[in-house]
Amino acid sequence: MAGAGNGAVDKVLAAVVGTGQTKHTTKRDDVSIAGLCREAADRALDDAGMTWTDIDAVVIGKAPDLFEGVMMPELSMAEALGAVGKPLLRVHTAGSVGGSTAIVATSLVQAGIHQRVLTLAFEKQSESNAMWALSIPMPFSMPVHAGAGGYFAPHVRSYIRRSGAPTHVGAMVAAKDRRNGAKNPLAHLHQPDITVEKVQESMMLWDPIRFDETCPSSDGACAMVLVDENTADAHVSAGKGPAAWIHATAMRTEPTMFAGRDQVNPLAGREAAKALWEQAGITDPLEEIDVAEIYVPFSWFEPMWLENLGFVPEGDGWKLTESGETDLGGKLPINVSGGVLSSNPIGASGMIRFAEAAKQILGRCGEYQVEGARKALGHAYGGGSQFFAMWVVAADKPGV
Amino acid sequence: MRSVAVVGFAQAPNVRRTTGTANGVEMLVPIAHELYAQTGLEKRDIGFFCSGSSDYIAGRAFSFVMAVDAIGAWPPINESHVEMDAAWALYEAWVKLQTGEIDTALVYGFGKSSGSDLRRVLSLQLDPYYLAPLWPDSVSLAALQCRLGLDAGKWGEKDMAEVVARSRADARSNPNAQLSGDPTADDLLGEPYLADPLRRHDCAPITDGAAGVVLVAGERANEIRDTPAWITGFEHRIDAQNLGARDLTTAPSASSAAVAAGVDGASVAELHAPFSHQELILREAMGLGGEVRINPSGGPLCANPMFAAGLIRIGEAARRVWDGDAAKVVAHATSGPCLQQNLVCVMEAG
Amino acid sequence: MSDAPMIVTPVRLDYEYSVSESETTFLTEVQRGRILGQRCPVCSKVYVPARASCPTDGVFLGEFVELPDRGIVTTFCVVNVPFLGQKIEPPYVAAYVLLDGADIAFQHLILGCPADEVRMGMKIEAVWKPEAEWTTSMENIDHFRPTGEPDADFETFSGHL
Repeated sequence: MAGAGNGAVDKVLAAVVGTGQTKHTTKRDDVSIAGLCREAADRALDDAGMTWTDIDAVVIGKAPDLFEGVMMPELSMAEALGAVGKPLLRVHTAGSVGGSTAIVATSLVQAGIHQRVLTLAFEKQSESNAMWALSIPMPFSMPVHAGAGGYFAPHVRSYIRRSGAPTHVGAMVAAKDRRNGAKNPLAHLHQPDITVEKVQESMMLWDPIRFDETCPSSDGACAMVLVDENTADAHVSAGKGPAAWIHATAMRTEPTMFAGRDQVNPLAGREAAKALWEQAGITDPLEEIDVAEIYVPFSWFEPMWLENLGFVPEGDGWKLTESGETDLGGKLPINVSGGVLSSNPIGASGMIRFAEAAKQILGRCGEYQVEGARKALGHAYGGGSQFFAMWVVAADKPGV
Repeated sequence: MRSVAVVGFAQAPNVRRTTGTANGVEMLVPIAHELYAQTGLEKRDIGFFCSGSSDYIAGRAFSFVMAVDAIGAWPPINESHVEMDAAWALYEAWVKLQTGEIDTALVYGFGKSSGSDLRRVLSLQLDPYYLAPLWPDSVSLAALQCRLGLDAGKWGEKDMAEVVARSRADARSNPNAQLSGDPTADDLLGEPYLADPLRRHDCAPITDGAAGVVLVAGERANEIRDTPAWITGFEHRIDAQNLGARDLTTAPSASSAAVAAGVDGASVAELHAPFSHQELILREAMGLGGEVRINPSGGPLCANPMFAAGLIRIGEAARRVWDGDAAKVVAHATSGPCLQQNLVCVMEAG
Repeated sequence: MSDAPMIVTPVRLDYEYSVSESETTFLTEVQRGRILGQRCPVCSKVYVPARASCPTDGVFLGEFVELPDRGIVTTFCVVNVPFLGQKIEPPYVAAYVLLDGADIAFQHLILGCPADEVRMGMKIEAVWKPEAEWTTSMENIDHFRPTGEPDADFETFSGHL
């Protein structure tokens, strides 16, 4: 990678010692925006056995401010976020923001600047109107834009055409993620009885994407406590719980539209994954990753991302899904938390993926825990499939 | 800490209104090219890109995404964005350089304030339950802050006028300044109030603009500049927003950031004070004595492109080091109403 | 439902929206019924609608190229869902249209055949609104309709997906 570091600097090892999320739902009319954030942050601190005074810095992320109708809401939440007198950063990288926020927080620890960082991502999109904010018609142009689903549906069609995937694969993903989401008390949608057939009968929203293959619109927040190696070691020795060691992080971006762009299998995603596996010392992701939380807001993104991430060769993603190996108990359980298909507070979703990966390592997933998970992937994407952020967390320190 | 230096700085002409788009592409394309020309670097030499901008300034969601087109993000790049002044994007880039993952970074910021009523847009930064619904605009809030200081005897209107007179005079030697001139303090005091006790000239102008800065780690900086501006302190803090709950005539977060960054001994300070009285607050808060030259560029009172102005302070200060005018400089950036959040960057000659 | 007090705060902000110089030229010509693409001086790709810069090279676009108002559908979806601010009544086909001679597709409407007959690779032509209604907008083209010619081979447009 151009301009890549000379590696002569010693990066501090960072770890996740606590996570917290709100119960994701259509509309949290019982809390203010600050209250929503506090709920996740308080839970993360409890999970980490820490208090507000332990935190050195806060890194917060969310998607466009038009979703709440508040410009830079973190400013009026400085007290609620425990940030008064401390450094506060606000990240915004579209849908991948939850992931990139976690990566910025990780960098602060890796750089040796802070020892304990609270990172949080949220969206209280019921406050404004997300579909409107995503589809504001631009003057002089043709207003065919129909929200995120309308944007991605044509590219899903391209994937199906290119790969020759049978059309029930999308429905399989949706049924799997909703069924597993029912095991996650915090997931927005709980549909334990959903079947592939029910999904296939649901209304077509943006052909070929159906209603049941589409993420919900959720209010929600997610937070994590990231610490340096010394703090994590002390945490573990004191019997406060395990640590999820951060082995690698990667972010890549490409333009939304350009002549000859591959919208189905974007190079930015492929290169981010490549950099990630290399940093993590992983040569066979399918074998070495025990569980993955990847950003699937529309069912077909599971097979698409399986290929983009390099788990399987191009064109074969749907086969792994169809085989059932991406369900609990399979070779590569994917989105057993229910994924974005079960909860989608847009600004938080990326961090939820990163946090759920950490939770698997920390052994805190209850009914959807993957037994013996020791290495997990968290993945997020945003914009027109152009912003990618991902991390690998593990039960052991790197090189062990 | 790894040695990192500011080695490139470019800005668009600061004007009341551009004919370009809100996503800044027309301003950013030349800035990127100028940065590469200044530093001898190419796009593929840059390890990380980071930007600062605001959707509400642009009037659309995901506005920073279009700006990515200005930098030619192909092959894919390592890139991020903050919904903050680009000074904080520079901070994010600096942090990444500290991890050793990258050796070079290009940071940019932009804002087309002319597209909307900026004073009104900034009301949306306020607490959405208690304050924003009243739509107190940014100038009125600053005026309240100024009134508090005047009534407490912390500064007088003449002090404010002197800040403006000095800024306008200094801006005459800044080809990128939007406003410049030779008013005396008395001339200025003769002008009518805009929002008593603020006069129009006490407030930063509305500016469309953009800027970019290049950071390089280690020895390579010496290949690019004879006297790179080495970052020796980089800190930021935030105060509570609740305007009734803090003393608006002080800026505690600017004080603590300045102490942590180590501003003592600086001879030049570029302060992001969009209101003349705020410069007075910052000088005291940051412990900058009379020997420190403030805003030789003319400062934000002469050009204030939103979300780039803080980055410009860093660039302008860095230039003083490159030119041999100062061995130690301070740059400051602010965010939020009434100096709520503050960033301090200290740079030194080697 | 909770008992927490709720307030509705209308937020109204007016923005003046500007297009770039390239887009201005494009829109001025579209008002005359002409479609202009623009070529990147570095990669030589023809972009349509004209835009400020080449997204891969970070340079301003150069030479204008007149393009025919016909081409193909690369890919598409059928929009069934209503939403706030929607201007076209569903169901409608939102398609990526690749004009002959262009190197990038843009989004537009397909009408003139049942939605379930639209295909990837389908040959289409523009149906313009009456000339008297033309303004500086891509909406001058009301929609694209199938020409009835055989579909383009997948390989000829697979690189545009």
